Amino acid sequence: MVDITPHADNTVPAAEVADVELYHPKSWWTTYVFSQDAKVIAIQYSGTAIAIGMVALVLSWLMRLQLGFPGTFDFITPEAYYQFITMHGMIMVIYLLTALFLGGFGNYLIPLMVGARDMVFPYANMLSYWIYLLAVLVLVVSFFAPGGPTGAGWTLYPPQAILSGTPGGQAWGIILMLVSLILFIIGFTMGGLNYVVTVLQGRARGMTLMRMPLTVWGIFTATVMALLAFPALFVACVMMLFDRLLGTSFFMPALVELGQQLEYGGGSPILFQHLFWFFGHPEVYIVALPAFGIVSDLISTHARKNIFGYRMMVWAIVIIGALSFVVWAHHMYVSGMHPWFGFFFATTTLIIAVPTALKVYNWVLTLWRGDIHLTLPMLFALAFIVTFVNGGLTGLFLGNVVVDVPLSDTMFVVAHFHMVMGVAPILVIFGAIYHWYPKITGRMLNEAMGQFHFWVTFLGAYAIFFPMHYVGLVGVPRRYPDISGTAFIPESVHTLNAFITIAALVVGFAQLVFLFNLFWSLKFGRDAGGNPWRATSLEWQTPTTPPPHGNWGDTLPVVYRWAYDYSVPGAPEDFIAQNDPGPRTAQAAGPA
Amino acid sequence: MSVILVFLLVVLGVAGWWLSHQRLMSKPWLEQGVPAAFPDTDVTGMPTAKIALGIFLAVVGALFALFASAYFMRMDYADWQATPLPSVLWLNTAILVMASIALQIAVAASRQGHGTTVRLALVTAALTTVAFLAGQLMAWRDLTADGYLLDGNPASSFFYLITGMHGLHIVAGIVGLARVSARSMRGSNDENTRLGIELCAMYWHFLLLIWLGVFVLLAGWANDFIAVCRQFLI
Ligand code: HEM
Ligand SMILES: [Cu+2]
Repeated sequence: MVDITPHADNTVPAAEVADVELYHPKSWWTTYVFSQDAKVIAIQYSGTAIAIGMVALVLSWLMRLQLGFPGTFDFITPEAYYQFITMHGMIMVIYLLTALFLGGFGNYLIPLMVGARDMVFPYANMLSYWIYLLAVLVLVVSFFAPGGPTGAGWTLYPPQAILSGTPGGQAWGIILMLVSLILFIIGFTMGGLNYVVTVLQGRARGMTLMRMPLTVWGIFTATVMALLAFPALFVACVMMLFDRLLGTSFFMPALVELGQQLEYGGGSPILFQHLFWFFGHPEVYIVALPAFGIVSDLISTHARKNIFGYRMMVWAIVIIGALSFVVWAHHMYVSGMHPWFGFFFATTTLIIAVPTALKVYNWVLTLWRGDIHLTLPMLFALAFIVTFVNGGLTGLFLGNVVVDVPLSDTMFVVAHFHMVMGVAPILVIFGAIYHWYPKITGRMLNEAMGQFHFWVTFLGAYAIFFPMHYVGLVGVPRRYPDISGTAFIPESVHTLNAFITIAALVVGFAQLVFLFNLFWSLKFGRDAGGNPWRATSLEWQTPTTPPPHGNWGDTLPVVYRWAYDYSVPGAPEDFIAQNDPGPRTAQAAGPA
Repeated sequence: MSVILVFLLVVLGVAGWWLSHQRLMSKPWLEQGVPAAFPDTDVTGMPTAKIALGIFLAVVGALFALFASAYFMRMDYADWQATPLPSVLWLNTAILVMASIALQIAVAASRQGHGTTVRLALVTAALTTVAFLAGQLMAWRDLTADGYLLDGNPASSFFYLITGMHGLHIVAGIVGLARVSARSMRGSNDENTRLGIELCAMYWHFLLLIWLGVFVLLAGWANDFIAVCRQFLI
């Protein structure tokens, strides 16, 4: 603790931090490739994540083509279909969303938003990215390995994951998948330590925890969760690798395959499920919490209003983070577990809905009588709220054992999780990119292309996933490449499936427009200036845009207020920056 | 999953204690100006590297807690047959304790600036740690010789897996120790070197703790206790 004596004019000297040689990079290589600047690392992370995400998007088209028009595409065999869903799911959840939110936005925003010059361990941060890239490359290699990628489903359940009946099970696919995940976890741990410690130790003078923007709170809490949850996936992967390569029987029961008794015996597939979902459920919130945080900031900024219930928002983030470690078995209602456990996990699952609903109310109350600017970030934020509520409600259905049992493994589940953890976080990512792109590049993204992208994506996502709920309710199972010969499925499902496929292709096309916009605006975008949204938080107050390595020029910022001073009565402008020492209200300034 | 849940409860306790000192009840919308006594950039006054190591050790702790959870869950299945404990493990434990003590001595000596003692202690720590690893390999050899193979009973699979994972963490520690020792051998005893030695000591103490846990686990002494816990937890 230090006691700070303010100057006579009520300002405070900035904290003194020794100059770091690193901030003056020498060569092209250390500036753009092996950079230790968190902002460059953020862009590398995001670029890689989006690139591999495009692969997952293309895979979703192929799956949809198969589902919509079964029998038309010869090259989509059932095996190929399994490989597509597996790779699509795994890439979307881990390599796209997790990497983009934490590695991308975390790296870019944490140092800037808390007023630091960089992450606390820049070298480990750089290493984190290169290991992530290696993990992605291993994953890509598995597409070309003999036997192709694994087709075990993104949950990789044993025993089927390593049996010969599953694509890649007795070939390279599953091995490369597990190795890639292990690499990802190692790389993430290096980055994650950085994000957490930077928030703890790197904050500028005056930036108390309770003055941090909710974006930082969301990313911070999600990172802590990820650090504690990923080890479960790590353990599961290592043990499965042992089963596959070294002949142990951690997960593998005694099996007869094609009339042959396998060497395995006695192992427990349920053990794997516990480990997997002990990671898997927190993972949902690892992508949701950063989205929650970002959306809070987008709404507040673009409605020119302080966030409603800031304290509650912080507490809710922390409580959700803690609770999400005790709900994992709601993914295992049909695994034959003791009914009491089902009861316990259904209860905890429903309890999480309370802080989550609280956040939704607070967003809506922030909008209430706000000066809503329907900018692109705001549109995406609004779309997020709608979509998230939608997906959350079906989550309440599935959280109850009796409702879940018949719906388990149907397209209803697919519709639910795409709404809540597919579409909703992706909408936030888009909103965030439209919001921060001007800071990253100094230029605005093209508005017309953005509007097109927004409406097609938002309405299109509903066209894809809303009907899917009905498809699931009539009993269409998930992970089936072809249901056309099935008697109990009505003709209307086939029509609907074709419709969904067309919608998916259109939505996919809109993403190409978005990608084009990212490059086009780099050169032709409108000049943005330093603070185009007239926002309060520190990243908008950098002396130059885009900020150079070291972020702040000669002196670090000093923080005098929270991040949500919008439309303060009596203030000269409708926002007061966090580092603005001036009087907050007319009353505080005293009578003139 | 009882072990990991208990572990997380401890982490939650620490996090909650820390959060409760962060003015979570403050009303930031009423504040302006810099709080009078505010923790400065170096927020806790503790070295950043130490905090980072602390958090990293929590991650390592979670990892081993999960292995222990898996161990207990797998143990419930009918084919489980406990692996006998190679007696060399007792010796290994004593050796690892010695390494920890040596590092603690190095910490104390570096604070007082006794260069020779520091170097002696660091070398002792390195040698004892290498001896520990060699001892672990011997334990593996003994087990293999007695027919307890990696792909045999799950109890022995877990034995190799968990001791191996612990050994890997020790190897990583040796890399760090080597770097600090090199600095110390060059006669440096500046703040950085001292911090490095402290970090090594912290890491070694923690891995010793983990090892004791692993030992108890493999010896089966915790089985009854866990059986009781499982009445309440999963
Ligand atoms: C254009 C957008 C998308 C489309 C059209 C789409 C389509 C699909 C389809 C058709 C399936 C397979 C259903 C089945 O037969 O079981 C699937 C599975 C899945 N998708 Fe998506 N998806 C999209 C975006 C996303 C996103 C953003 C995520 C991120 C969370 C995601 C995560 C998953 C997961 C985890 C699975 C399950 C894979 C498995 O069953 O192993 N998807 N998706
Ligand atoms: Cu869940």
